[in-house]
Amino acid sequence: MHIFCSPNEALPEFTDMRAFTQVTATAAPLDRPNVDTDAIIPKQYLKSIKRTGFGPFAFDDWRYLDPGDLDVDPASRRPNPEFVLNQPRYSGAGILLARENFGCGSSREHAVWALDQAGFRAVIAPSYADIFFNNSFKSGFLPVVLPAATVDRLFDDCLATPGYALTIDLPAQTVRTPDGATFAFEVDAFRKHCLVEGLDDIALTLKQADAIRDYELRRRQEAPWLF
Amino acid sequence: MSGRTLYDKLWDAHLVRDSGDGSALIYIDRHLLHEVTSPQAFEGLRLAERKPWRLDANLAVADHNVPTTHRSDGISDPVSRVQIEALESNCDQSGITLFRMNDLRQGIVHVIGPEQGATLPGMTVVCGDSHTSTHGAFGALAFGIGTSEVEHVLATQCLVQKKSKNMRVTVRGHVGPGVTAKDIVLAIIGRIGTAGGTGYALEFAGEAIRALSMEGRMTICNMAIEGGARAGLIAVDDTTIAYVGNRPFSPLGKHWDQAVDWWKTLHSDPDAAFDHEIVIEAAGIEPQVTWGTSPEMVVPVGGCVPDPAAVSDPVRRSGMEKALAYMGLSANMPIREIRVDKVFIGSCTNSRIEDLRAAAAVVKGRRKADSVMLAMVVPGSGLVKAQAESEGLDRVFLDAGFEWREPGCSMCLAMNADRLEPGERCASTSNRNFVGRQGQGGRTHLVSPAMDAAAGVLGHFADVRDL
Repeated sequence: MHIFCSPNEALPEFTDMRAFTQVTATAAPLDRPNVDTDAIIPKQYLKSIKRTGFGPFAFDDWRYLDPGDLDVDPASRRPNPEFVLNQPRYSGAGILLARENFGCGSSREHAVWALDQAGFRAVIAPSYADIFFNNSFKSGFLPVVLPAATVDRLFDDCLATPGYALTIDLPAQTVRTPDGATFAFEVDAFRKHCLVEGLDDIALTLKQADAIRDYELRRRQEAPWLF
Repeated sequence: MSGRTLYDKLWDAHLVRDSGDGSALIYIDRHLLHEVTSPQAFEGLRLAERKPWRLDANLAVADHNVPTTHRSDGISDPVSRVQIEALESNCDQSGITLFRMNDLRQGIVHVIGPEQGATLPGMTVVCGDSHTSTHGAFGALAFGIGTSEVEHVLATQCLVQKKSKNMRVTVRGHVGPGVTAKDIVLAIIGRIGTAGGTGYALEFAGEAIRALSMEGRMTICNMAIEGGARAGLIAVDDTTIAYVGNRPFSPLGKHWDQAVDWWKTLHSDPDAAFDHEIVIEAAGIEPQVTWGTSPEMVVPVGGCVPDPAAVSDPVRRSGMEKALAYMGLSANMPIREIRVDKVFIGSCTNSRIEDLRAAAAVVKGRRKADSVMLAMVVPGSGLVKAQAESEGLDRVFLDAGFEWREPGCSMCLAMNADRLEPGERCASTSNRNFVGRQGQGGRTHLVSPAMDAAAGVLGHFADVRDL
């Protein structure tokens, strides 16, 4: 049991993040290693002070043939027919298949917001960059880690099967394929709990306010120059 | 019981509570904020009717979006202006200290933290920017966070974290003349790869690291994230303590003595165990130039663009082919024959006084090559700029046809007006050569300040040791 909270503490005031339990959705294959956050959401969109509206700009440089900006209507731009996510068979995809070191580069959480707002609830890859991985859980977006060989297989099946849909079951920690194969994945217990319950982790931390104050009191004695 | 690593010591000192399930609540001593990753965090606080936990732990500055020219007239880009005004109003309303755009202390957040003594050894330092790893040069545990965590730190002064594993890169011996911190770290990334440090706190050690100034150490730790490590670390020594003394936020008197006593313990114990260790011989490191679209795609300046045909792994080969196509380069081309259109000297990696001195030393008595359309020098802060001007470095650059700008992130990520046009090739002292990083279609080669200056005066890459 986690000390910060227990499942029966999932009171309404702590539940403001969208919960993630089970998702079944079309998978889309993005077959490139080291997809960086500049590619997921280019810098010109980071000037927005909002948390929403990034969906049309996910993978902007790959997705459109002409350049974009916050004040350019995405509907007026020409989609790049070569870009895999523009193929009609992947329209409405909700699970992204990706390669190793997905989300490397900057700390911009806008990358997670863009994927989420583009309709993705989860990504499946062999590995992620640390900051992107950490940011994902904060928006109810699940980064699933599966072995490279398993991800290879999912890529192959996805490319071979129109309408290929996967089911991600977070409570059971499994990814299920249309032919019934099931792959287990690991996820940190606390992150899973917060995601399944849709918990606001600031509210959870504030339940530890006394412990934080005790730490500050002790630290003020040990290292007064820090205060 | 075996000894502890520097990272272990910093972790232990900041542990508020260990959950026992792998995650822990750790205390944050210093939170740096900038305009791009904070507005949604302040909005989140307002919506939840929460207040910052501890105002004096925060320090804010606008850097990503600020213009590097005509600053007295304000910001002409209305979208950038709104974002900077949002930072100003958020800081004013909450009472957080902010260095405004026309303040002499304004600059790149990772330059001003150390410059002000706001970054101190032994601290936990976070910022909504991946290059927060820079501050690890001071023996501080420093890492980048996303906007939700910015909000979390504002609200609680803590973060829920999972402890990283320990990794150490030892750079043994001494580098030769003309080889800088930037070359060392690019060579390390070339060796471990862009994900080599993922999941680790990465300590840099060895004689070559010890021999570096604090500016050089900041360059090294700055790029830890380009090797995948969220935090870079270097042990505290006399160089660290000498740098930290007499800065506006540094402790004084009895507190200073007390602090120094603790800081001197901030090194990995001789018997500390690391999960992963790499040793590199400094003597083998030459000036480095990246050729591709990831910092790991790097070779010595005397080398050639690698040939994807020689690589057996199909995923890697295809990545190299894509990179070469984007960069407009062909396999086996000598690096020294690559011509550049623009030169950018700046960024949180290389915009400190020592960087500007190194670049100026190469530029002095020479002229920008006619084929180079723009060579710009963007100091890391107003104070760096003033120091450089007091040494006459601005004249050296201006006389050579380089532009001398106002401080900010500038063309490292091209959020302001400083950017590459499609197809333009830039020699840059920044940290990322990703596709489109310096402007859509722009081509970036990462180099040291001296190598960058050499490219600026010759119009193509050259071994700075030959000049």
